[in-house]
Amino acid sequence: MSILINKNTKLIVQGITGNEGLFHTAQMLNYGTDVVAGVTPGKGGDWVLDGKVPVFDTVKQGVEVTGANTSVIFVPARFAPDAIFEAADAGISLVFCITEGIPVQDMMRVREYLDQKGVRMVGPNCPGALTPGETKVGIIPGNIAIPGTVGVVSRSGTLTYEVLYALKQHNMGASTCVGIGGDPVNGTNFIDVLGMFEADPRTNSVVLIGEIGGSDEERAAEFIARYMTKRVVSFIAGQTAPAGKRMGHAGAIIEGGSGTAADKIKALTNAGVQVARHPEEIPALIGE
Amino acid sequence: MNLHEYQSKQIFARYGIPVPRGRIAVNSDEAKQIAEELGGRVVVKSQVLVGGRGKAGGIRLAKSADEAQELATRILGMEIKGLPVRRVLVDEAVSIEKEIYLGITNDRASRKPVMIASAEGGVDIEEVAARTPDRIIRLHIDPLLGLREYQARDVAVAIDLPKDYWRQFMTVADGLWRVFVENDATLVEINPLVITKEKRLIALDGKMVIDDNALFRRPDIAEKRDLDVEAPEEISARKYGLSYIKLDGQIGCMVNGAGLAMATMDIIKLYGGQPANFLDIGGGAGSEKVTAAFRIILSDPNVCAVLINIFGGITRGDEVARGILAAIDQVKPKVPMIVRLVGTNAEEGRRLLADANMITAETLADAAEKSVAAAKERCNQ
Repeated sequence: MSILINKNTKLIVQGITGNEGLFHTAQMLNYGTDVVAGVTPGKGGDWVLDGKVPVFDTVKQGVEVTGANTSVIFVPARFAPDAIFEAADAGISLVFCITEGIPVQDMMRVREYLDQKGVRMVGPNCPGALTPGETKVGIIPGNIAIPGTVGVVSRSGTLTYEVLYALKQHNMGASTCVGIGGDPVNGTNFIDVLGMFEADPRTNSVVLIGEIGGSDEERAAEFIARYMTKRVVSFIAGQTAPAGKRMGHAGAIIEGGSGTAADKIKALTNAGVQVARHPEEIPALIGE
Repeated sequence: MNLHEYQSKQIFARYGIPVPRGRIAVNSDEAKQIAEELGGRVVVKSQVLVGGRGKAGGIRLAKSADEAQELATRILGMEIKGLPVRRVLVDEAVSIEKEIYLGITNDRASRKPVMIASAEGGVDIEEVAARTPDRIIRLHIDPLLGLREYQARDVAVAIDLPKDYWRQFMTVADGLWRVFVENDATLVEINPLVITKEKRLIALDGKMVIDDNALFRRPDIAEKRDLDVEAPEEISARKYGLSYIKLDGQIGCMVNGAGLAMATMDIIKLYGGQPANFLDIGGGAGSEKVTAAFRIILSDPNVCAVLINIFGGITRGDEVARGILAAIDQVKPKVPMIVRLVGTNAEEGRRLLADANMITAETLADAAEKSVAAAKERCNQ
């Protein structure tokens, strides 16, 4: 078992003929992901990657022909909201949006629409998800993780890789790793993923990687205290971040004194979560 | 990106929100002339992107055009919280009966815009919220439907606005909502929105914060950016697609990924050092980007050592190493460089770097420890 993605995931790649889209499609195929279709308007009828993946003009056509059930989006920020709407309207039930830099008001409209349609989005501004040994959707390098029982959920890309890599160095593997993205408004938050890990029989423990900005970690702490029976350990980035500055991610900002790392660490600690001082301490905390 | 008061009020006016008559002046003669046109009684307001302008003496009432000129001279010579005053707004003086607060911002937790109003305007709204939270009205707006007329009326009723003013208030609220949406703002604020003795509602002050991610479709707003509030290094970083924030420590950082960049700063602190900056070079550590990053980091004279932390993943470690070496060849740094590389072919990359006299590390903790030691050695000499 795993969460969100598994061997039944039939993936359609939106923006497949762009540099990023094509490169990562090759990586995903190589990992064993069942990439059934790609979409680039105007390039329908083409095949990419030595004839392995057919390209369609619209998501609707791709879904009708191939039965794709999951989408991953690599299109530039100005076109990404439309690509998400298109996927939702074509009957896709799970959308991963890798694109960074989407205006926040667009995301609020997208999220409202997806909620009404019952479509789940992961991201935007995220690395996607990886179920080691089975499938990956997005850009997480496959070689840094091995199959196992640790669920990983994170707001940050490379910091997630860091944790997967540290786990692997200690012969610990991941059940599924989910990057929820660094934007202030996203499709899936910590609580959603924690609930999935709690219900997943393969997952024994969870790593939650947070950062400054917003209050998702605080709400995750409440959820953990109330509902989680599995061990959760955490790392929160940004203890040395100055207030009022956006630290790379659109959502990583301390505003009006709230969203500090100290507050998040306190909330998690009070909920019984062990918080690592740096990412390389995480394997030891899980092992204890 | 923050807009000045005068820029915000110009935009408000285009959306039917009444603002005082007034214009911007860059010298005292202009200020005098504008004051004469407005009948003498004016407010001279410094235009700098910081709070507390009034307390700093940057907002003053003039009873005559001559006094306006005198005040403008004084205010234009001021620095407020380190920022030079380059312009003053000269507005007609308004007789105030009552001050209200009205704003719209994004509520991250509910993922919706929220209209915030209070009958207690003209003061710091955060203070009102802390002291008397029941005096703050919060109304969420459906991002697909927008602000409905009844919602604006609800807010007017909730702040006890007499019904004679509802019509005017709804015009202001609707205008402010359209300002928020059509300019991709993350905050629009009128504080205070005043009721004048002549029974009119007027936006006496204005504030707008624009979503940086939306500037590509708001070119007219993008060109209003005030570079005074940004460190020159931050401006130059943006040009190269780097995300850089200057801090006041001694260890420069160059990292790929925002979360990892923060974690790198944190671990430097954990090992007894202080980070000199946040810098995310993003995906792909090509030598041009790395060169620009080095130049920016090393332009800070406090930097005693540089920690380069690259988690390659798919990118090959030896390619990253070659990019770093090419950049070093260009920039010729005089401080110790500590590199931690992870990813495919990382050993090969580390060997290349060690051959070039760089300090290499395998783990984050190791890299932090070596950086702190190298910085201490360098700067105590």
